[in-house]
Amino acid sequence: MSDRPGDVVADLQNVGRVYRMGSELVHALRDFTFQFRSGEYWAIMGSSGSGKSTLLNLLGCIDRPTSGTYSVRGQEISGLNDNQLSVLRGRELGFIFQSYNLIPQLNVIDNILVPVVYQDDPIPNAKERAVELAERVGLQGRLDHRPSQLSGGQQQRVAIARSLINDPAMILADEATGNLDSKTAEEILELFDELHASGKTILLVTHEQEVGDRAQHLLRLKDGLIHEVRLAGEPAREEASA
Amino acid sequence: MIGLSLWKTVQLGISSLLLHKLRSFLTTLGVLFGVASVVAMLAVGEGASEKAQAQLRELGSRNVILRSIKPKQDNVSEEETRVLAYGLKRTDFDRIDETYPGVVRTVPVLTSPQEVRVSDLLCRPKVLCTTPEFLKVSGRIMADGHFLSQQDEASRSLVTVLGYDVARFLFPFERAVGQTVRIGEHYFEVIGVLVPRGPLGATASNPSSEAGGEVYVPLSTGRAYFGERQVTVRSGTFDIQEVQLHEIIVQAERDVDVPFVAAACRAMLSREHEDKDYEVMVPLELIMREKETQRIFNIVLGSIAGISLLVGGIGIMNVMLATVTERTREIGIRRALGARRRHIITQFLVETTVLSGCGGLLGVALGLLIPWIIERTADLQTVVSPIAAVLAFGISVLIGMIFGLYPAWRAAHMDPVEALRHE
Ligand SMILES: Nc1ncnc2c1ncn2[C@@H]1O[C@H](COP(=O)(O)OP(=O)(O)OP(=O)(O)O)[C@@H](O)[C@H]1O
Ligand SMILES: [Mg+2]
Repeated sequence: MSDRPGDVVADLQNVGRVYRMGSELVHALRDFTFQFRSGEYWAIMGSSGSGKSTLLNLLGCIDRPTSGTYSVRGQEISGLNDNQLSVLRGRELGFIFQSYNLIPQLNVIDNILVPVVYQDDPIPNAKERAVELAERVGLQGRLDHRPSQLSGGQQQRVAIARSLINDPAMILADEATGNLDSKTAEEILELFDELHASGKTILLVTHEQEVGDRAQHLLRLKDGLIHEVRLAGEPAREEASA
Repeated sequence: MIGLSLWKTVQLGISSLLLHKLRSFLTTLGVLFGVASVVAMLAVGEGASEKAQAQLRELGSRNVILRSIKPKQDNVSEEETRVLAYGLKRTDFDRIDETYPGVVRTVPVLTSPQEVRVSDLLCRPKVLCTTPEFLKVSGRIMADGHFLSQQDEASRSLVTVLGYDVARFLFPFERAVGQTVRIGEHYFEVIGVLVPRGPLGATASNPSSEAGGEVYVPLSTGRAYFGERQVTVRSGTFDIQEVQLHEIIVQAERDVDVPFVAAACRAMLSREHEDKDYEVMVPLELIMREKETQRIFNIVLGSIAGISLLVGGIGIMNVMLATVTERTREIGIRRALGARRRHIITQFLVETTVLSGCGGLLGVALGLLIPWIIERTADLQTVVSPIAAVLAFGISVLIGMIFGLYPAWRAAHMDPVEALRHE
């Protein structure tokens, strides 16, 4: 299924995430209510420890909230068991990591295909689609290469192609350009722009203001709370302050 | 369609293992040697028991063999000439032959050390004086002519049946039957030749040496011409032994009668003989004892192999636990990309099984090589049973599965967030 632009893909209602450190409780995310809609391109910013990664992990269903509810495309995740959550991750979410996180034993095409092989009813013509995506992100002639034979930028392109293979509801990128030099980072950001233009939903965590400014919208966190929401073409709107 | 086929998983496992070739190889060594020792030791054990069983089968499983043995002498006399009478008596034979239930045949054997000659060829085979029924209880087969007959026994004929080796030695270029040989001081007509013992071509004895091979004459003839006294000259003293019968072969009707026949013979002999100048040999008992020995051998062997396989399995588990820790990040990635727990379990289980299976295959190869070398260097018979090889390989695969289970379970139950953060 695909969403019409504007449909809510990620719905967070009063979400909290508490870590226990010995006897101390760390509130990484507090009473977080927010909706991400289809086709939006968000930059998520905030100082270190503000809860960006925590938020992305929750959105990516590799972590569960300790309070509140979270739905992906209308599907409440608290009712899903580990297996169902895994299937959901593979199908609806595309991950891009700071350190690329490719599987070293696999070549480019097989890396791109990893989210496909774990699905019970995989997309048809997956291999052709993988080749197509690899070429779309600029990996022509590198399809047989192992990650160790690729540059950082090229590895991140593989990761982007991999995140797109199942045509997920949203793409979650945590510091996707953090390990790259500015020129390569720029190329990757151009790729994101293209994806956004083609209607993909992208949530990009970043430290760099220029990167944040390139995105359509900007969400700034502070101490696990929403600090600032800046929508495209609107002035900044302060949500809360600590 | 691209699914996660088992073959794909196996390929992935192999490529992961090939990333650390030396480590993978070293890890399989435990299983390798375990499996190799199972296969090799079973082959050697099986060979030994097969040989023993064949020998015993030759003695006849329904037979009870009574033998004269020289009793231990306490007071060695210094006389120049000693006559030592011992062993089975004709009366023993008669008792068994006439009265024992469950006995179908009783065959007496008197052996006499005689020289056998044809012109200038000389050999010293065992000269067995016995009755026609010997052929039936011994299970021997005629190669040529016929065996001693009742007629020969009754008329003390000067006829003889030659063992195959003796016949070949004395008559290398002509048919032995119909020829005349000299046994001791008398001339005998050859009426038959026996098929060699054991497998054809494998000559057990060599008549051209001092003693070897066998020659048969009627018991009555033997008694009349050679007597029951055997004189040996040893360092100046005459050693005269007087034995009425060297052997009595008692054949039971069925296998189940053997223990009773044996018990009856033992009872009778211990009653009739003051000295222990006889022994009772029961091939069936020997076979049973052989089987028991074999069983104990197998238990010991199985334990040794079991321990080495266990140690091999623990080694594999240890390495797989390290591998899982090492690949924590990969596990996190796969989980984030949609792998369910069972996918992770399958992946690591397959990898462990491939590892131990390779060890098993190499082990079987080594286990087949060892008996091959033993046969060629140590002159030991070995029997490699395909079942043992398949079984040993199966066990190695099973070891991989069992010892891979815990590492795989650990991998599957990692927290994806933690796993992704792992350096
Ligand atoms: N596993 C954990 N156990 C305990 N506390 C944690 C854990 N993970 C995160 N935290 C805490 O939660 C808060 C938010 O962490 P998070 O990783 O989301 O920050 P971040 O915004 O991604 O920071 P950075 O920019 O440095 O990546 C921090 O105070 C952190 O110490
Ligand atoms: Mg972070």
